[in-house]
Amino acid sequence: MENEKLVGFAGKKALKLISLLVFVSLFSFWLVEQSPIDPVRAYVGEMAISPEHKAQLEEYWGVNVPPQEKYFNWAVNILQGNFGTSLIYKRPVIDVILERFSVSLVLMATSWLISGILGFILGVIAGMKRGTLMDKIIKTYCYILAATPTFWLALLLLMVFSVYLGWFPIGLSVPIGATADNVTIFDWLYRLILPAVTLSLLGVAQIAMFTRKKLIEVLSSDYVLFAKARGEKGLDLVLRHGVRNIALPAITLQFLGFSELFGGAILVEQIFSYPGIGQATVQAGLSSDVPLLLGIVLFSAIFVFTGNLIADIIYEFVDPRIRQQEAAQ
Amino acid sequence: MIRKREVKNVSEEILNVSNISISFLQYTRGLRQNLLKVITDLTLNISSGEVIAVLGSSGSGKSLLAHAILGILPKNAQLSGEIKYKGEILDQKRKEELRGKEIALIPQSVNFLDPLMKVSDQVIGEVEDEEDKKRKKAHQREVFEKYGLSEEVDDLYPFQLSGGMARKVLVSTALLTNPKLVIADEPTPGLDDKAIEETLSHIRKMADDGVGVLLITHDINAALKVADKVAIFYSGYVIEIANVGDFSGDGERLKHPYTHALYNALPQNGFKLYKGHQPLHGEIPVGCVFNSRCPHPTESCVMVNPDLMEIGGTYVRCNKYQQSNLYG
Amino acid sequence: MSSATATLKKGLFLGLNLRQKTILIISLTSILLFGILISSLILGGEALPTNFGSKNLAPSLAHPFGTDWMGRDMFIRTVEGLGLSLIVGFVASSLSTILAIVLGIFSSLSKKTDAFVSWLVDLFLSIPHLLFIILISIGLGGGVVGVIAGVALTHWTSLTRVVRAEIKQLKTQEYIHISSKMGKSKLWIAIKHMMPHLIPQILVGVILMFPHAILHEASVTFLGFGLSPHEPAIGIILSESMKYLAAGYWWLAFFPGLSLLIVVLAFDMIGDNIGLLMDPKSAHD
Repeated sequence: MENEKLVGFAGKKALKLISLLVFVSLFSFWLVEQSPIDPVRAYVGEMAISPEHKAQLEEYWGVNVPPQEKYFNWAVNILQGNFGTSLIYKRPVIDVILERFSVSLVLMATSWLISGILGFILGVIAGMKRGTLMDKIIKTYCYILAATPTFWLALLLLMVFSVYLGWFPIGLSVPIGATADNVTIFDWLYRLILPAVTLSLLGVAQIAMFTRKKLIEVLSSDYVLFAKARGEKGLDLVLRHGVRNIALPAITLQFLGFSELFGGAILVEQIFSYPGIGQATVQAGLSSDVPLLLGIVLFSAIFVFTGNLIADIIYEFVDPRIRQQEAAQ
Repeated sequence: MIRKREVKNVSEEILNVSNISISFLQYTRGLRQNLLKVITDLTLNISSGEVIAVLGSSGSGKSLLAHAILGILPKNAQLSGEIKYKGEILDQKRKEELRGKEIALIPQSVNFLDPLMKVSDQVIGEVEDEEDKKRKKAHQREVFEKYGLSEEVDDLYPFQLSGGMARKVLVSTALLTNPKLVIADEPTPGLDDKAIEETLSHIRKMADDGVGVLLITHDINAALKVADKVAIFYSGYVIEIANVGDFSGDGERLKHPYTHALYNALPQNGFKLYKGHQPLHGEIPVGCVFNSRCPHPTESCVMVNPDLMEIGGTYVRCNKYQQSNLYG
Repeated sequence: MSSATATLKKGLFLGLNLRQKTILIISLTSILLFGILISSLILGGEALPTNFGSKNLAPSLAHPFGTDWMGRDMFIRTVEGLGLSLIVGFVASSLSTILAIVLGIFSSLSKKTDAFVSWLVDLFLSIPHLLFIILISIGLGGGVVGVIAGVALTHWTSLTRVVRAEIKQLKTQEYIHISSKMGKSKLWIAIKHMMPHLIPQILVGVILMFPHAILHEASVTFLGFGLSPHEPAIGIILSESMKYLAAGYWWLAFFPGLSLLIVVLAFDMIGDNIGLLMDPKSAHD
C-alpha cells in the first residue's frame, strides 16, 4: 500500500518536473529571442568596430541563426548534458553554474537556517506572550522587516559595518591578490557574514509571523484547553503541546521559501560583490549571455522545485495527521 | 435506573456557585462591539457524594460554567458572581492550583486530546523528572486497568481510540489525581445505549466514592438516571433545582412551568411539545424570561424577574411562588 | 474576569475603539500616499536644478535629505522617485489584477479550465520572481514597459488563487445553483452574482499587491534591468548611491530607501486595516 503510493508520487513528480523544465525553457528562450537588445552592441559598447569584426562577434553570439534552430540545438545539447559555453566567462556553462551555485549555497543555507531557527523562536515567544509588549515588539519588527527593500537593508549594513566601522571588507569573497589556496576558512566566513545577516534578518519576518499565528491557533484549541484544565501551564504547556503541533508546518513553510531565497541572494550578492550565482545572473542578463542565462533559469527552476518537493514529502509522508486521515478511511 | 449505594462518608459542601454571570465582548461586522450575556444568574451547590445535573439545551452556554470553575474562560469573557470551593472563594490563582488535582474535568470528546501525543504520555501531565514520570505512569496504569483499558491503549494516538475506549480514557484521566469535584461536560452525545449506561455508572460510582459531580448535559434521561438533583437551565438562568425523585408521576412535584413542560415532553410521558423557543442570547426580555411561553403568567411576570428561592430543599425561580410566599 | 473593555481604551488612541482607530490609520496613510503622488506630479515637470556648487552636501535644513554629486536636492529626487514608483506600481498592479480576475473566473468555468489555470500558476511560480522579471524585462528591451510587464506577469498568482478559492466556495451556495438551473450561462453567473462578493477580497488583495509590485520594480531597476538611468526612480537613485558609499555619503542611500520603506508600510497598513474592517474574526487579535 505504502509502496504503491510512493511510486505514484515519484512518477507524478518526475513528470511534473520534466514538463516544467520544457515549458520554462521554451518560454525563457522565446523571451530572450524577443529581446531588441543587440548583444553585440551591448558587448562592444560605444566603440566603433570594423564590419568583419562585427560579423565575427555576431557569429559568436549567434545573432543570425533562426530561433527554432537555436532552440533545437540548445535543447539537444542540454539532453546530452551540454549546457553550452558562457559568453562572458568563456567557460562551460555547467562549470560556471556549479561553481557559483556552491558559493551561493553556503550563503543561502546559512541564512535559511538562521532565519528559520530564529524566526521560529521569535514566533513562539510572540505567540506565547500574545498581547504583551514583547509580542507587540516582535510583531512590529516583523511587519517593518517585511516591508523593507532587501537591497536597501544590504546597503545600510554595508555602510555601517564596512564603511563606517570598517569591520568587514567591502567586497569580494577572497582578498585581492590572495590565491584560492591561501584563503583560510576564516577569510571566507568573514565575507559571508554580512550578506548572510542581511538575508537572515529579512527571512525571519515571514516564518516568525507564521509560527506565531499557528501557535495562537494551537493555544486556542480544545486539547490545549483540556491540558490547561488538567493544570498544565506556562512554558511546559507550550513545549509539550504547542511546539510539536507547529514544527512541521513551520518547516514546510521554510522549504516553500526557496524561491524568495534565490531572489534575495541575487540582490544581496550584487551589493556585497559576493561571487555567487546571483551575481552571475545579473551579469548574464546585462550582457545577454544567453547560454548562461538559460542555464541559470533551468537551474533555478530545479532548485525551487526541490524545495517544493521536500515540502510535499513532509506533508504527504511525515505529518502524522495526514496518516491519521488515511487510517480513518 | 442505576442503583445508588449508601453514601459512606459524611457529606460536605464542595462547591457553591452564587449568582454567576458570564458575558462576552464580541466583534461583529465592521469592528463594532457587542456585549453578549450568556449566563445571567446561575446558582447551585454541590456536596460530596452528590451528582448535580445541569440540564439545558445544546449551545446554551452550560459548558461555560465548567470553564468558569476551572478558570479557563476565554480572554474576552467577563465573569461576575462568586464561586466557593470547600468554603473558600476561588480566585484565578486558586483555580489554577486546584485544577487537574482536586477539581477535574471530563471533556466532551476525544478532540480534547492532543492528536500528536500518545495517550499515556499526555494524560500523566507534566513530569519533573524520570522518577516522577515512572510513578505517574504506574499510577495511570493502575487506574486505566480498573476501567478496563489494557496496556496497549497507553501507546495509542487519540485518533486510534474507538468511541468506547475514548470515553473510558477521558473518565479515567479525570480520576488520576483523586479529585474531590469532577465536572463531566456533556459525556453522552454520540454514544450508543450501552456506552451511555457504562459512562453513567462510572459517574455514579465516583459519587458513591465521595466525589462531588457536576454533570452538564442536554440529555434528560441520562440526568434522571444518575443525578441526585437536577438544575434546569433556561436562557442563561437556573430556573429550578429539583430532586430527581420529583421527576415522577405527572411531574406534579416539579415547580417551574418549564420544568413541567420539559418532563411532559419526554417520549415516555406523551411527547407533549411546547410552542416557541428559548430566547436567544441577544433577545433576553425584561421580567421573567419564560413569560412569553408561560401558561400561568401573573401581572408582575412581565416586569419582575424573580430570584431563585429555596422551598423545602429545592429551588425555583418563579413569581408564582414568590407571591405565595409573600402572602404566607 | 478580563478587562477587555478597559484594554481597548488604553494605548495610543485614548477613547477610540478599534473601529475608529482603524479608520484613522487608513485615512492618515492614504493622505500620505496621495501627498507623495501629487507632489511628485507637480515637481516632475521641470528638470531638477543642478548646482555643482552644492555637491554632496549632508542633510541640513535647506536640504533635508542632502544633495547628490550634481548638487540636486535629494528630497525632491526622492519624492519624484516615489511618485514614479507609485505610478509604475499602480499600472502593474492593475494589469495584474485584471489578469487575476480573468483567470480566476476562467478557472471556475469547468474542471479543465481549472486544471489549466492551476498549471499556469505553478508554471509562473516555478522560477524566482526576480529572475522572471529580469527575463521579461530583457525580452521587452528593459525600460518602463519591461518592468511593468514583468511585475504584472508575476504578481497575479496569489490573487488568482484567492479569486479561485472564493468562487469555489460561492459555487456551493444555493442561489448560484438556482441561477444555473434557470438557464443562465456560467459566465453570466460569474459576473453578475459572484463579482459583488469578490470585490472586497479583491480590493484588499490589490492594495496588498501594491507594495510587492513597488519593491520588485525598485529591485529590478536597481539591478539595471528596469527603468533607465535618466528617470529618477528609487532603484536608480540607490544603485547610483553605491558608487559613493565608500566616500561616506550615507544620505544618498539612507533616505530614499527609508522613504520607500515608509510607502510600502503605508500600503500594508491600509490593506490590513481595510481587511480588518471587513472581517470581524481577525479583529479579535
